[in-house]
Amino acid sequence: MNLAVNNQSLVLALGLVMIALAIGWKEKLGIDRDMIIGVVRAVIQLFVVGYLLKYVFRIANIWLTAILIFIIIFNAGYNAKQRSGGIPKALPISVGAILISTGVTLGVLMLAGAIKFIPSQMIPISGMIASNSMVAIGLCYRNLNAQFKQERQAVLEKLALGADLKDASRDIVRASIKTGMQPTIDSAKTVGIVSLPGMMSGLIFAGVDPVRAIKYQIMVTFMLMSATSIGSVLACYWAYRGFYNERKQLQVPSN
Amino acid sequence: MVCNDFYAEGALTVSLLTLKNVGYQVGKQQILRDISLNIDAGEWVTFAGPSGSGKSTLARIIASLLSRTSGDLTFDGQPIDSYDPIAYRRRVSYGFQQPTLFGETVRDNLAFPYQIRQLPFDEQRAVTALEYVGLAATDLDKAVIDLSGGQRQRVALLRNVIIYPEVLILDEVTAGLDAENKAFVWSLIDHFNQDDGITILTITHDQSEITAAKRLVTIVDGQVVPGGAS
Repeated sequence: MNLAVNNQSLVLALGLVMIALAIGWKEKLGIDRDMIIGVVRAVIQLFVVGYLLKYVFRIANIWLTAILIFIIIFNAGYNAKQRSGGIPKALPISVGAILISTGVTLGVLMLAGAIKFIPSQMIPISGMIASNSMVAIGLCYRNLNAQFKQERQAVLEKLALGADLKDASRDIVRASIKTGMQPTIDSAKTVGIVSLPGMMSGLIFAGVDPVRAIKYQIMVTFMLMSATSIGSVLACYWAYRGFYNERKQLQVPSN
Repeated sequence: MVCNDFYAEGALTVSLLTLKNVGYQVGKQQILRDISLNIDAGEWVTFAGPSGSGKSTLARIIASLLSRTSGDLTFDGQPIDSYDPIAYRRRVSYGFQQPTLFGETVRDNLAFPYQIRQLPFDEQRAVTALEYVGLAATDLDKAVIDLSGGQRQRVALLRNVIIYPEVLILDEVTAGLDAENKAFVWSLIDHFNQDDGITILTITHDQSEITAAKRLVTIVDGQVVPGGAS
């Protein structure tokens, strides 16, 4: 291990948070409280998860691993739902989309022999996939809400001409899927040029040969591309119907 | 059964559209109340009244873009709720005051009604229709952003009728057009009614259109004005 992070260095690194807080205070951004809550939550959550993972890795039980993966997926779905702006059935849609996107991606990685069903591999990778899918779905929801408001007149006109809900919503759904996937695509384009992503950096910190580390990163890039595309497509196609009532009339959800 | 009882009460023939005590309420606000009308196939009914009187709401209810909150509405002898809304809207088409043109070209718009019915686009019919409304065959591939206001409204109207509906509801489609375009669009609507037999419901504020109305229904404060319906 090349990197030495001890409790003392963590406390000193807290100074970085002070810089952010000072900027927020000086610029009157009104985010001081959120920042403090964020930092406290991050520290507590990470400590809890660190000890939990240590325990889970040690006992290496298949069912416990599966339960933890489902908890990750449910939490990701719940958080994506929070960004839905009142879209009906957003929780089952989000959990379903993340479950399928994570399941398919993990399945392909396992079949390819890239990972094994052991907690030290499955849990972190599930977390990475589910969190990226969650962000993509959140962006999809935001875009669906914005577009259905902005394009209300065009949707009404399509309905008035006798378009079914899919035809009336097609452009919006496509734009929303694209919005959900865009950060992953942009990040894939710039990986290695602009950023050295977390997993690759972590491996290099830990002393792994960079050439070996990039292979992991390539795998991560592929899996995130798959997860965000499946998650975005499913969430958008399941969610757009929530913008219509049972008489197939446009209704923009109330927040 | 509801409509059979209704017709048994008095009407001798089945009107194409029948509204009986139709109302629309949002929260505590009553937008429309007790609207009762019979509209026969082939009629041209003009709805007039001040802004905010509920004319467009009524038109959207008839077009199934909104649902009434009280009363009965039947189309072709059947309650409107018994129709699939999509199939119904293909028979009862609604045109907007400031239409949004879809896609990039005129073709995208005239092909849309075919596309949603999964029918092949009849380009010859589209060209004939364009020439009829004073546009050229080459305008089929013209970018919609290059169309004038009058041309946009003509293309939008063609989009509504390129596959004939039975009823065409037009919500102030001549508003904002110059006199020449207004007269042209009005003559087109007359053609759809007289020559193609389409039942027309128009909403207007234009005094000359109100004066020329074949049948006028005046709506004030969400109600048909007594004597305002002819």
